[in-house]
Amino acid sequence: MSVKKKKGAQVYSIKKEQHRAAAIFVTPLLITLILLFLLPVILVIIMSFTNWTMTSTARSYVGFRNFVFVLKDPRFWKAFKNTAYYTALKLVLDTGLALFIAVLLDRKIHFRRFFRIAHFAPVVVPITASSLIWLWFYDPGIGPLNQILNFLGLPSMQWLYSEKTAMLSVILFSIWKGIGYNIILFLAGLQSIPESYLEAARIDGASEWQVFFKVKLPLLSPVTSFIIMMGIINCFKVFTEVDVMTPNHGPLESTLLMVSYIYDQSFTRGKMGRGAASSLILFLIIFAFTMIQRRLGRKEISFD
Amino acid sequence: MNKHLKSRYPFTMLFLFISSALMIFPFVWMMLSSFKTPADVYSYPPKWIPSSFKFTNYEEVFKKIPFIRFYANSIFVSVVQTVLQIAISAMGAFAFAKLEFPLKNKLFAFMQSSLFVPEIVTIIPLFLLAASAGLIDTYTGLIIPGLNCAFTTLLIMSFFQTIPNELIDAAKVDGCGYIRVFLEIMLPNSKTAIGTASLFAFLTHWRSYMWPLIITNDVKMRTLPIGLKYLVTETGTEYQVLMAASVMAIVPVLIVYMLMEKEFVQSITLTGLKT
Repeated sequence: MSVKKKKGAQVYSIKKEQHRAAAIFVTPLLITLILLFLLPVILVIIMSFTNWTMTSTARSYVGFRNFVFVLKDPRFWKAFKNTAYYTALKLVLDTGLALFIAVLLDRKIHFRRFFRIAHFAPVVVPITASSLIWLWFYDPGIGPLNQILNFLGLPSMQWLYSEKTAMLSVILFSIWKGIGYNIILFLAGLQSIPESYLEAARIDGASEWQVFFKVKLPLLSPVTSFIIMMGIINCFKVFTEVDVMTPNHGPLESTLLMVSYIYDQSFTRGKMGRGAASSLILFLIIFAFTMIQRRLGRKEISFD
Repeated sequence: MNKHLKSRYPFTMLFLFISSALMIFPFVWMMLSSFKTPADVYSYPPKWIPSSFKFTNYEEVFKKIPFIRFYANSIFVSVVQTVLQIAISAMGAFAFAKLEFPLKNKLFAFMQSSLFVPEIVTIIPLFLLAASAGLIDTYTGLIIPGLNCAFTTLLIMSFFQTIPNELIDAAKVDGCGYIRVFLEIMLPNSKTAIGTASLFAFLTHWRSYMWPLIITNDVKMRTLPIGLKYLVTETGTEYQVLMAASVMAIVPVLIVYMLMEKEFVQSITLTGLKT
Protein backbone atom coordinates (compact mmCIF):
# COMPACT_ATOMS: atom_id res chain seq x y z
CA MET A 1 0.00 0.00 0.00
CA SER A 2 2.68 2.41 1.04
CA VAL A 3 4.83 1.41 -1.95
CA LYS A 4 1.97 2.19 -4.29
CA LYS A 5 1.44 5.54 -2.68
CA LYS A 6 5.12 6.35 -2.97
CA LYS A 7 5.12 5.41 -6.65
CA GLY A 8 2.10 7.60 -7.21
CA ALA A 9 3.90 10.50 -5.61
CA GLN A 10 6.96 9.85 -7.75
CA VAL A 11 4.91 9.83 -10.97
CA TYR A 12 3.28 13.01 -9.80
CA SER A 13 6.60 14.70 -9.17
CA ILE A 14 7.98 13.58 -12.57
CA LYS A 15 4.89 15.06 -14.16
CA LYS A 16 5.40 18.29 -12.26
CA GLU A 17 9.05 18.42 -13.29
CA GLN A 18 8.14 17.80 -16.94
CA HIS A 19 5.59 20.61 -16.86
CA ARG A 20 8.11 22.98 -15.40
CA ALA A 21 10.79 22.00 -17.92
CA ALA A 22 8.34 22.25 -20.80
CA ALA A 23 7.41 25.76 -19.73
CA ILE A 24 11.06 26.76 -20.03
CA PHE A 25 11.65 25.01 -23.34
CA VAL A 26 8.47 26.03 -25.12
CA THR A 27 8.25 29.68 -24.03
CA PRO A 28 10.72 31.22 -26.53
CA LEU A 29 8.98 29.39 -29.39
CA LEU A 30 5.60 30.47 -28.13
CA ILE A 31 6.68 34.11 -27.90
CA THR A 32 7.92 34.15 -31.50
CA LEU A 33 4.71 32.49 -32.68
CA ILE A 34 2.50 34.97 -30.86
CA LEU A 35 4.54 37.99 -31.93
CA LEU A 36 5.30 37.02 -35.51
CA PHE A 37 2.23 34.97 -36.41
CA LEU A 38 -0.84 35.29 -34.17
CA LEU A 39 -0.67 39.04 -33.62
CA PRO A 40 -0.05 39.89 -37.30
CA VAL A 41 -2.84 37.58 -38.43
CA ILE A 42 -5.34 39.22 -36.06
CA LEU A 43 -4.11 42.63 -37.15
CA VAL A 44 -4.32 41.85 -40.86
CA ILE A 45 -7.94 40.73 -40.46
CA ILE A 46 -8.80 43.92 -38.59
CA MET A 47 -6.97 46.03 -41.17
CA SER A 48 -8.84 44.44 -44.06
CA PHE A 49 -12.07 45.94 -42.67
CA THR A 50 -10.66 49.46 -42.28
CA ASN A 51 -9.49 52.23 -44.59
CA TRP A 52 -5.97 51.91 -43.12
CA THR A 53 -3.33 53.82 -45.07
CA MET A 54 0.39 54.26 -44.62
CA THR A 55 0.19 58.03 -44.25
CA SER A 56 -2.92 58.97 -42.28
CA THR A 57 -3.73 57.90 -38.75
CA ALA A 58 -7.48 58.34 -39.21
CA ARG A 59 -8.89 54.90 -39.80
CA SER A 60 -12.43 53.67 -39.56
CA TYR A 61 -14.42 50.53 -40.13
CA VAL A 62 -15.50 50.20 -43.76
CA GLY A 63 -17.09 46.75 -43.76
CA PHE A 64 -16.40 44.67 -46.82
CA ARG A 65 -15.57 47.68 -48.99
CA ASN A 66 -11.89 46.68 -49.39
CA PHE A 67 -12.83 43.18 -50.48
CA VAL A 68 -15.42 44.55 -52.92
CA PHE A 69 -12.85 47.01 -54.29
CA VAL A 70 -10.24 44.30 -54.80
CA LEU A 71 -12.66 41.83 -56.38
CA LYS A 72 -13.88 44.55 -58.77
CA ASP A 73 -10.38 45.81 -59.54
CA PRO A 74 -9.32 44.81 -63.10
CA ARG A 75 -5.68 44.92 -61.95
CA PHE A 76 -6.39 42.25 -59.34
CA TRP A 77 -7.88 39.98 -61.99
CA LYS A 78 -5.01 40.73 -64.30
CA ALA A 79 -2.63 39.68 -61.53
CA PHE A 80 -4.72 36.55 -60.96
CA LYS A 81 -4.68 35.66 -64.67
CA ASN A 82 -0.95 36.32 -64.93
CA THR A 83 -0.32 34.13 -61.90
CA ALA A 84 -2.50 31.34 -63.31
CA TYR A 85 -0.62 31.53 -66.63
CA TYR A 86 2.73 31.54 -64.85
CA THR A 87 1.68 28.60 -62.69
CA ALA A 88 0.25 26.48 -65.51
CA LEU A 89 3.14 26.90 -67.93
CA LYS A 90 5.83 26.61 -65.30
CA LEU A 91 4.36 23.48 -63.74
CA VAL A 92 3.90 21.61 -66.99
CA LEU A 93 7.42 22.35 -68.27
CA ASP A 94 9.14 22.08 -64.90
CA THR A 95 7.50 18.86 -63.72
CA GLY A 96 7.83 17.11 -67.08
CA LEU A 97 11.48 17.99 -67.55
CA ALA A 98 12.37 17.27 -63.93
CA LEU A 99 10.84 13.79 -64.13
CA PHE A 100 12.61 13.07 -67.39
CA ILE A 101 16.02 14.12 -66.06
CA ALA A 102 15.45 12.26 -62.79
CA VAL A 103 14.73 9.06 -64.72
CA LEU A 104 17.96 9.51 -66.69
CA LEU A 105 19.90 10.08 -63.48
CA ASP A 106 18.34 7.08 -61.73
CA ARG A 107 20.93 4.51 -62.76
CA LYS A 108 24.62 3.91 -62.50
CA ILE A 109 26.17 6.26 -65.02
CA HIS A 110 29.44 8.12 -65.24
CA PHE A 111 29.62 11.73 -64.02
CA ARG A 112 26.43 11.28 -62.02
CA ARG A 113 27.61 13.49 -59.18
CA PHE A 114 28.59 16.19 -61.64
CA PHE A 115 25.17 16.07 -63.34
CA ARG A 116 23.43 16.30 -59.99
CA ILE A 117 25.55 19.24 -58.83
CA ALA A 118 25.04 21.06 -62.16
CA HIS A 119 21.27 20.76 -62.08
CA PHE A 120 20.93 21.70 -58.44
CA ALA A 121 23.42 24.60 -58.34
CA PRO A 122 20.92 27.33 -59.39
CA VAL A 123 18.66 26.37 -56.47
CA VAL A 124 21.17 27.41 -53.82
CA VAL A 125 22.29 30.80 -55.10
CA PRO A 126 20.45 34.01 -54.11
CA ILE A 127 17.60 34.71 -56.54
CA THR A 128 18.51 38.38 -56.92
CA ALA A 129 22.05 37.60 -58.02
CA SER A 130 21.04 34.94 -60.51
CA SER A 131 18.18 36.95 -61.98
CA LEU A 132 20.64 39.78 -62.65
CA ILE A 133 22.63 37.41 -64.89
CA TRP A 134 19.47 36.60 -66.80
CA LEU A 135 18.68 40.28 -67.12
CA TRP A 136 21.72 40.49 -69.36
CA PHE A 137 20.77 37.29 -71.23
CA TYR A 138 17.47 38.88 -72.12
CA ASP A 139 18.89 42.23 -73.20
CA PRO A 140 17.56 42.69 -76.76
CA GLY A 141 20.63 44.62 -77.91
CA ILE A 142 23.70 43.10 -76.27
CA GLY A 143 22.31 39.92 -74.74
CA PRO A 144 23.71 36.51 -75.73
CA LEU A 145 20.25 34.97 -76.28
CA ASN A 146 19.44 37.13 -79.29
CA GLN A 147 22.97 36.59 -80.54
CA ILE A 148 22.35 32.83 -80.47
CA LEU A 149 18.95 33.25 -82.17
CA ASN A 150 20.50 35.33 -84.93
CA PHE A 151 23.31 32.82 -85.32
CA LEU A 152 20.67 30.13 -85.88
CA GLY A 153 18.99 32.36 -88.45
CA LEU A 154 16.08 33.24 -86.17
CA PRO A 155 14.77 36.76 -85.59
CA SER A 156 15.62 38.64 -82.38
CA MET A 157 13.09 38.71 -79.56
CA GLN A 158 12.23 41.49 -77.11
CA TRP A 159 12.17 39.04 -74.15
CA LEU A 160 11.42 41.01 -70.96
CA TYR A 161 10.64 44.14 -72.93
CA SER A 162 7.56 42.98 -74.82
CA GLU A 163 4.12 42.34 -73.39
CA LYS A 164 3.94 39.02 -75.25
CA THR A 165 7.18 37.47 -74.06
CA ALA A 166 7.91 39.10 -70.68
CA MET A 167 6.13 36.46 -68.62
CA LEU A 168 7.56 33.65 -70.71
CA SER A 169 11.05 35.01 -70.01
CA VAL A 170 10.36 35.05 -66.27
CA ILE A 171 9.05 31.48 -66.49
CA LEU A 172 12.17 30.25 -68.29
CA PHE A 173 14.29 31.79 -65.55
CA SER A 174 12.11 30.21 -62.85
CA ILE A 175 12.47 26.77 -64.42
CA TRP A 176 16.24 27.11 -64.59
CA LYS A 177 16.27 28.30 -60.99
CA GLY A 178 14.00 25.64 -59.52
CA ILE A 179 14.15 22.47 -61.60
CA GLY A 180 17.01 20.95 -59.59
CA TYR A 181 14.78 20.91 -56.55
CA ASN A 182 12.14 18.78 -58.25
CA ILE A 183 14.78 16.52 -59.82
CA ILE A 184 16.09 15.72 -56.33
CA LEU A 185 12.58 14.93 -55.06
CA PHE A 186 11.77 12.71 -58.08
CA LEU A 187 15.14 11.01 -57.76
CA ALA A 188 14.52 10.23 -54.10
CA GLY A 189 11.11 8.82 -55.05
CA LEU A 190 12.55 6.69 -57.86
CA GLN A 191 15.29 5.33 -55.64
CA SER A 192 12.82 4.26 -52.98
CA ILE A 193 11.11 1.89 -55.45
CA PRO A 194 12.35 -1.62 -54.58
CA GLU A 195 14.52 -3.17 -57.27
CA SER A 196 12.55 -6.43 -56.98
CA TYR A 197 9.44 -4.75 -58.46
CA LEU A 198 11.35 -3.68 -61.55
CA GLU A 199 13.07 -7.07 -61.87
CA ALA A 200 9.72 -8.86 -61.67
CA ALA A 201 8.28 -6.70 -64.44
CA ARG A 202 11.34 -7.27 -66.63
CA ILE A 203 11.26 -11.04 -66.10
CA ASP A 204 7.61 -10.94 -67.21
CA GLY A 205 8.87 -9.46 -70.47
CA ALA A 206 7.99 -5.79 -69.93
CA SER A 207 9.91 -3.29 -72.06
CA GLU A 208 11.68 -0.36 -70.40
CA TRP A 209 8.81 1.90 -71.51
CA GLN A 210 6.28 -0.42 -69.89
CA VAL A 211 8.39 -0.60 -66.73
CA PHE A 212 8.34 3.18 -66.61
CA PHE A 213 4.65 3.76 -67.33
CA LYS A 214 3.16 0.71 -65.59
CA VAL A 215 5.46 0.35 -62.57
CA LYS A 216 7.54 3.45 -61.84
CA LEU A 217 5.03 6.19 -62.66
CA PRO A 218 2.16 4.75 -60.55
CA LEU A 219 4.50 4.13 -57.61
CA LEU A 220 5.80 7.67 -57.98
CA SER A 221 2.35 9.25 -57.86
CA PRO A 222 2.59 10.46 -54.21
CA VAL A 223 5.81 12.33 -55.06
CA THR A 224 4.31 13.69 -58.27
CA SER A 225 1.17 14.97 -56.59
CA PHE A 226 3.28 16.52 -53.82
CA ILE A 227 5.48 18.29 -56.37
CA ILE A 228 2.51 19.58 -58.35
CA MET A 229 0.55 20.83 -55.34
CA MET A 230 3.58 22.43 -53.69
CA GLY A 231 4.41 23.88 -57.10
CA ILE A 232 1.00 25.55 -57.33
CA ILE A 233 1.27 26.92 -53.79
CA ASN A 234 4.77 28.24 -54.41
CA CYS A 235 3.87 29.79 -57.76
CA PHE A 236 1.21 31.85 -56.01
CA LYS A 237 3.91 33.20 -53.68
CA VAL A 238 6.42 34.26 -56.37
CA PHE A 239 7.72 37.79 -56.00
CA THR A 240 11.52 38.18 -55.99
CA GLU A 241 12.33 37.35 -59.60
CA VAL A 242 9.55 39.47 -61.11
CA ASP A 243 10.48 42.35 -58.85
CA VAL A 244 14.15 42.20 -59.82
CA MET A 245 13.76 41.47 -63.53
CA THR A 246 10.69 43.63 -64.24
CA PRO A 247 10.71 46.41 -61.62
CA ASN A 248 7.50 48.09 -62.81
CA HIS A 249 5.54 44.89 -63.47
CA GLY A 250 6.84 44.63 -67.03
CA PRO A 251 5.46 46.07 -70.24
CA LEU A 252 1.73 46.84 -69.81
CA GLU A 253 1.95 45.14 -66.40
CA SER A 254 2.30 41.78 -68.11
CA THR A 255 4.31 40.36 -65.21
CA LEU A 256 2.08 41.68 -62.43
CA LEU A 257 1.59 38.69 -60.08
CA MET A 258 -0.67 38.29 -57.03
CA VAL A 259 2.07 39.06 -54.51
CA SER A 260 3.23 42.03 -56.61
CA TYR A 261 -0.33 43.37 -56.56
CA ILE A 262 -0.58 43.07 -52.78
CA TYR A 263 2.86 44.59 -52.30
CA ASP A 264 1.95 47.40 -54.67
CA GLN A 265 -1.33 48.21 -52.88
CA SER A 266 0.19 48.08 -49.39
CA PHE A 267 3.63 49.58 -49.76
CA THR A 268 3.85 51.47 -53.05
CA ARG A 269 0.37 53.04 -52.85
CA GLY A 270 0.11 52.84 -49.07
CA LYS A 271 -3.45 51.46 -49.16
CA MET A 272 -2.83 48.95 -46.42
CA GLY A 273 -6.50 48.09 -45.89
CA ARG A 274 -6.83 47.02 -49.50
CA GLY A 275 -3.49 45.26 -49.34
CA ALA A 276 -4.65 43.35 -46.26
CA ALA A 277 -7.91 42.35 -47.94
CA SER A 278 -6.16 41.13 -51.08
CA SER A 279 -3.59 39.22 -49.04
CA LEU A 280 -6.42 37.39 -47.26
CA ILE A 281 -7.93 36.47 -50.62
CA LEU A 282 -4.56 35.08 -51.69
CA PHE A 283 -4.37 33.19 -48.40
CA LEU A 284 -7.75 31.55 -49.08
CA ILE A 285 -6.57 30.41 -52.51
CA ILE A 286 -3.35 28.94 -51.10
CA PHE A 287 -5.24 27.40 -48.19
CA ALA A 288 -7.64 25.62 -50.58
CA PHE A 289 -4.71 24.08 -52.47
CA THR A 290 -3.03 23.12 -49.20
CA MET A 291 -6.15 21.25 -48.11
CA ILE A 292 -6.30 19.40 -51.45
CA GLN A 293 -2.63 18.53 -51.10
CA ARG A 294 -3.18 17.13 -47.61
CA ARG A 295 -6.12 15.05 -48.77
CA LEU A 296 -4.12 13.64 -51.69
CA GLY A 297 -1.09 13.17 -49.49
CA ARG A 298 -2.95 10.70 -47.31
CA LYS A 299 -3.17 8.19 -50.15
CA GLU A 300 0.33 6.87 -49.59
CA ILE A 301 1.49 3.82 -51.47
CA SER A 302 3.09 1.19 -49.27
CA PHE A 303 5.66 -1.28 -50.47
CA ASP A 304 4.59 -4.17 -48.24
CA MET B 1 23.29 -3.17 -66.70
CA ASN B 2 20.78 -4.82 -69.00
CA LYS B 3 20.63 -4.61 -72.76
CA HIS B 4 17.90 -1.98 -73.01
CA LEU B 5 19.76 0.43 -70.81
CA LYS B 6 23.07 -0.08 -72.56
CA SER B 7 21.64 0.77 -75.96
CA ARG B 8 20.29 4.08 -74.70
CA TYR B 9 23.41 4.98 -72.74
CA PRO B 10 24.87 7.36 -75.38
CA PHE B 11 21.58 9.25 -75.59
CA THR B 12 21.40 9.57 -71.80
CA MET B 13 24.93 10.92 -71.59
CA LEU B 14 24.41 13.33 -74.47
CA PHE B 15 21.17 14.68 -73.03
CA LEU B 16 22.58 15.07 -69.52
CA PHE B 17 25.71 16.80 -70.78
CA ILE B 18 23.66 19.26 -72.82
CA SER B 19 21.22 20.01 -70.02
CA SER B 20 24.08 20.34 -67.48
CA ALA B 21 25.81 22.74 -69.85
CA LEU B 22 22.63 24.82 -70.06
CA MET B 23 22.33 24.86 -66.26
CA ILE B 24 25.95 25.93 -65.77
CA PHE B 25 26.11 28.33 -68.71
CA PRO B 26 24.75 31.37 -66.78
CA PHE B 27 27.48 30.92 -64.14
CA VAL B 28 30.21 30.57 -66.77
CA TRP B 29 28.84 33.63 -68.56
CA MET B 30 28.84 35.54 -65.30
CA MET B 31 32.45 34.68 -64.49
CA LEU B 32 33.78 35.39 -67.98
CA SER B 33 31.80 38.60 -68.25
CA SER B 34 33.06 39.93 -64.94
CA PHE B 35 36.41 40.52 -66.70
CA LYS B 36 35.02 42.16 -69.82
CA THR B 37 35.73 45.75 -70.74
CA PRO B 38 32.84 48.01 -71.84
CA ALA B 39 34.23 47.65 -75.37
CA ASP B 40 33.87 43.85 -75.14
CA VAL B 41 30.28 44.22 -73.99
CA TYR B 42 29.10 46.78 -76.50
CA SER B 43 31.01 45.63 -79.58
CA TYR B 44 29.00 43.97 -82.31
CA PRO B 45 28.70 41.08 -82.20
CA PRO B 46 29.28 41.03 -78.41
CA LYS B 47 32.38 39.14 -77.35
CA TRP B 48 31.97 35.99 -75.27
CA ILE B 49 35.56 35.75 -74.10
CA PRO B 50 37.00 38.87 -72.43
CA SER B 51 39.93 40.48 -74.20
CA SER B 52 41.94 40.57 -70.96
CA PHE B 53 41.59 39.27 -67.42
CA LYS B 54 41.83 42.33 -65.22
CA PHE B 55 39.98 42.99 -61.97
CA THR B 56 38.85 46.49 -62.98
CA ASN B 57 35.15 45.62 -62.72
CA TYR B 58 35.64 44.25 -59.22
CA GLU B 59 37.25 47.52 -58.17
CA GLU B 60 34.33 49.35 -59.80
CA VAL B 61 31.85 47.44 -57.60
CA PHE B 62 33.50 48.72 -54.43
CA LYS B 63 33.57 52.25 -55.81
CA LYS B 64 29.92 52.26 -56.86
CA ILE B 65 28.20 50.61 -53.93
CA PRO B 66 29.12 49.87 -50.29
CA PHE B 67 29.51 46.23 -51.23
CA ILE B 68 31.45 45.16 -48.14
CA ARG B 69 28.82 46.75 -45.96
CA PHE B 70 26.05 44.83 -47.77
CA TYR B 71 28.00 41.63 -47.43
CA ALA B 72 28.71 42.18 -43.75
CA ASN B 73 25.04 43.04 -43.12
CA SER B 74 23.93 39.87 -44.86
CA ILE B 75 26.38 37.66 -43.00
CA PHE B 76 25.65 39.23 -39.63
CA VAL B 77 21.87 39.15 -40.03
CA SER B 78 21.68 35.61 -41.42
CA VAL B 79 24.10 34.16 -38.87
CA VAL B 80 22.30 35.72 -35.89
CA GLN B 81 18.95 34.66 -37.33
CA THR B 82 20.15 31.10 -37.85
CA VAL B 83 21.59 30.80 -34.34
CA LEU B 84 18.49 32.27 -32.70
CA GLN B 85 16.09 30.26 -34.82
CA ILE B 86 17.87 26.95 -34.29
CA ALA B 87 18.18 27.54 -30.53
CA ILE B 88 14.48 28.38 -30.18
CA SER B 89 13.49 25.53 -32.50
CA ALA B 90 15.64 22.90 -30.79
CA MET B 91 14.25 23.85 -27.38
CA GLY B 92 10.68 23.73 -28.61
CA ALA B 93 11.35 20.49 -30.49
CA PHE B 94 12.61 18.88 -27.28
CA ALA B 95 9.44 19.83 -25.42
CA PHE B 96 7.18 18.53 -28.18
CA ALA B 97 9.17 15.33 -28.72
CA LYS B 98 9.97 14.24 -25.19
CA LEU B 99 7.95 16.11 -22.55
CA GLU B 100 4.33 15.94 -21.47
CA PHE B 101 2.60 19.20 -20.68
CA PRO B 102 -0.89 20.69 -20.72
CA LEU B 103 -2.26 22.01 -24.06
CA LYS B 104 0.60 20.26 -25.88
CA ASN B 105 -1.56 19.17 -28.85
CA LYS B 106 -3.25 22.55 -29.13
CA LEU B 107 0.09 24.36 -29.15
CA PHE B 108 1.42 21.96 -31.72
CA ALA B 109 -1.55 22.56 -34.03
CA PHE B 110 -1.11 26.31 -33.50
CA MET B 111 2.50 26.06 -34.58
CA GLN B 112 1.64 23.94 -37.60
CA SER B 113 -1.04 26.38 -38.73
CA SER B 114 1.58 29.11 -39.05
CA LEU B 115 3.10 27.13 -41.93
CA PHE B 116 -0.01 27.67 -44.06
CA VAL B 117 0.14 31.45 -43.94
CA PRO B 118 2.32 32.97 -46.67
CA GLU B 119 4.81 35.72 -45.87
CA ILE B 120 2.89 38.40 -47.78
CA VAL B 121 -0.09 38.07 -45.38
CA THR B 122 1.86 38.73 -42.19
CA ILE B 123 4.31 41.18 -43.69
CA ILE B 124 1.85 44.11 -43.84
CA PRO B 125 0.95 44.10 -40.12
CA LEU B 126 4.52 43.12 -39.17
CA PHE B 127 5.78 46.19 -40.94
CA LEU B 128 3.34 48.39 -39.00
CA LEU B 129 4.29 46.74 -35.71
CA ALA B 130 8.00 47.08 -36.44
CA ALA B 131 7.59 50.68 -37.59
CA SER B 132 5.68 51.66 -34.45
CA ALA B 133 8.38 50.00 -32.33
CA GLY B 134 10.98 52.16 -34.13
CA LEU B 135 12.68 49.18 -35.76
CA ILE B 136 13.02 50.55 -39.30
CA ASP B 137 16.67 50.57 -40.40
CA THR B 138 17.82 48.61 -37.35
CA TYR B 139 19.42 45.20 -37.06
CA THR B 140 16.76 44.14 -34.57
CA GLY B 141 14.14 45.01 -37.17
CA LEU B 142 15.95 42.96 -39.80
CA ILE B 143 16.60 39.99 -37.54
CA ILE B 144 13.64 39.34 -35.22
CA PRO B 145 10.64 39.61 -37.57
CA GLY B 146 12.52 37.49 -40.12
CA LEU B 147 12.62 34.48 -37.80
CA ASN B 148 10.56 31.53 -38.88
CA CYS B 149 10.77 28.81 -36.26
CA ALA B 150 7.83 26.52 -37.01
CA PHE B 151 9.41 24.62 -39.84
CA THR B 152 12.83 24.08 -38.28
CA THR B 153 11.08 22.97 -35.07
CA LEU B 154 9.21 20.25 -36.96
CA LEU B 155 12.42 19.19 -38.70
CA ILE B 156 14.45 18.89 -35.49
CA MET B 157 11.52 17.30 -33.64
CA SER B 158 11.35 14.45 -36.14
CA PHE B 159 14.97 13.62 -35.25
CA PHE B 160 14.52 14.02 -31.51
CA GLN B 161 11.70 11.49 -31.66
CA THR B 162 14.13 8.83 -32.86
CA ILE B 163 16.31 9.20 -29.73
CA PRO B 164 15.28 6.35 -27.40
CA ASN B 165 13.46 7.36 -24.22
CA GLU B 166 15.64 4.87 -22.29
CA LEU B 167 18.61 7.21 -22.74
CA ILE B 168 16.65 10.01 -21.14
CA ASP B 169 15.28 7.80 -18.36
CA ALA B 170 18.78 6.56 -17.54
CA ALA B 171 20.04 10.11 -17.27
CA LYS B 172 17.04 11.03 -15.10
CA VAL B 173 17.83 8.12 -12.75
CA ASP B 174 21.38 9.45 -12.51
CA GLY B 175 19.89 12.70 -11.29
CA CYS B 176 20.07 14.81 -14.42
CA GLY B 177 17.59 17.63 -14.86
CA TYR B 178 15.84 18.17 -18.18
CA ILE B 179 18.15 21.03 -19.10
CA ARG B 180 21.14 18.73 -18.77
CA VAL B 181 19.27 16.01 -20.70
CA PHE B 182 18.73 18.54 -23.50
CA LEU B 183 22.32 19.78 -23.55
CA GLU B 184 24.11 16.47 -22.94
CA ILE B 185 21.89 13.90 -24.63
CA MET B 186 19.55 15.47 -27.18
CA LEU B 187 21.95 17.92 -28.84
CA PRO B 188 25.07 15.72 -29.07
CA ASN B 189 23.00 12.86 -30.51
CA SER B 190 21.46 14.90 -33.29
CA LYS B 191 24.38 16.81 -34.75
CA THR B 192 23.41 15.98 -38.34
CA ALA B 193 19.82 17.06 -37.74
CA ILE B 194 20.89 20.35 -36.22
CA GLY B 195 23.37 20.81 -39.07
CA THR B 196 20.76 20.17 -41.73
CA ALA B 197 18.26 22.49 -40.06
CA SER B 198 20.92 25.20 -39.67
CA LEU B 199 21.89 24.94 -43.32
CA PHE B 200 18.25 25.20 -44.32
CA ALA B 201 17.68 28.20 -42.05
CA PHE B 202 20.84 29.98 -43.14
CA LEU B 203 20.03 29.61 -46.83
CA THR B 204 16.51 30.93 -46.31
CA HIS B 205 17.78 33.99 -44.46
CA TRP B 206 20.72 34.57 -46.80
CA ARG B 207 18.33 34.72 -49.77
CA SER B 208 15.60 36.63 -47.98
CA TYR B 209 14.30 39.50 -50.08
CA MET B 210 10.88 40.95 -49.25
CA TRP B 211 11.29 41.69 -45.54
CA PRO B 212 14.77 43.31 -45.81
CA LEU B 213 13.42 45.35 -48.73
CA ILE B 214 10.56 46.73 -46.65
CA ILE B 215 12.23 47.26 -43.29
CA THR B 216 15.28 49.17 -44.59
CA ASN B 217 15.54 52.52 -46.35
CA ASP B 218 19.06 53.51 -45.44
CA VAL B 219 21.66 52.26 -47.94
CA LYS B 220 23.92 51.30 -45.02
CA MET B 221 21.33 48.85 -43.69
CA ARG B 222 20.63 47.04 -46.95
CA THR B 223 21.50 43.36 -47.26
CA LEU B 224 23.27 41.86 -50.25
CA PRO B 225 20.21 40.71 -52.27
CA ILE B 226 18.76 44.24 -52.08
CA GLY B 227 22.08 46.06 -52.40
CA LEU B 228 22.93 44.38 -55.69
CA LYS B 229 19.97 46.14 -57.26
CA TYR B 230 21.71 49.52 -56.86
CA LEU B 231 23.87 48.51 -59.81
CA VAL B 232 20.82 48.28 -62.06
CA THR B 233 19.87 51.69 -63.36
CA GLU B 234 17.23 52.89 -65.77
CA THR B 235 19.77 54.76 -67.86
CA GLY B 236 21.97 51.85 -68.77
CA THR B 237 23.24 49.12 -66.55
CA GLU B 238 26.94 48.35 -66.64
CA TYR B 239 26.50 44.63 -66.97
CA GLN B 240 30.17 43.79 -66.58
CA VAL B 241 30.27 45.50 -63.16
CA LEU B 242 27.00 43.82 -62.22
CA MET B 243 28.57 40.45 -63.06
CA ALA B 244 31.61 41.14 -60.90
CA ALA B 245 29.25 41.82 -57.98
CA SER B 246 27.23 38.69 -58.78
CA VAL B 247 30.39 36.58 -58.82
CA MET B 248 31.23 37.78 -55.32
CA ALA B 249 27.66 37.08 -54.16
CA ILE B 250 27.28 33.69 -55.81
CA VAL B 251 30.67 31.96 -55.82
CA PRO B 252 31.02 31.58 -52.02
CA VAL B 253 27.58 29.96 -51.92
CA LEU B 254 28.48 27.63 -54.78
CA ILE B 255 31.71 26.58 -53.03
CA VAL B 256 29.89 25.81 -49.78
CA TYR B 257 27.31 23.91 -51.79
CA MET B 258 29.88 21.77 -53.58
CA LEU B 259 31.61 20.95 -50.30
CA MET B 260 28.35 20.03 -48.56
CA GLU B 261 26.36 18.64 -51.47
CA LYS B 262 25.15 15.63 -49.47
CA GLU B 263 23.76 17.79 -46.66
CA PHE B 264 22.00 20.06 -49.14
CA VAL B 265 20.31 17.16 -50.88
CA GLN B 266 19.39 15.67 -47.52
CA SER B 267 17.80 18.89 -46.34
CA ILE B 268 15.60 18.81 -49.44
CA THR B 269 14.54 15.19 -49.35
CA LEU B 270 13.85 15.37 -45.63
CA THR B 271 11.96 18.59 -45.66
CA GLY B 272 10.33 18.47 -49.06
CA LEU B 273 9.61 22.13 -48.67
CA LYS B 274 10.72 24.87 -50.98
CA THR B 275 12.68 27.74 -49.54
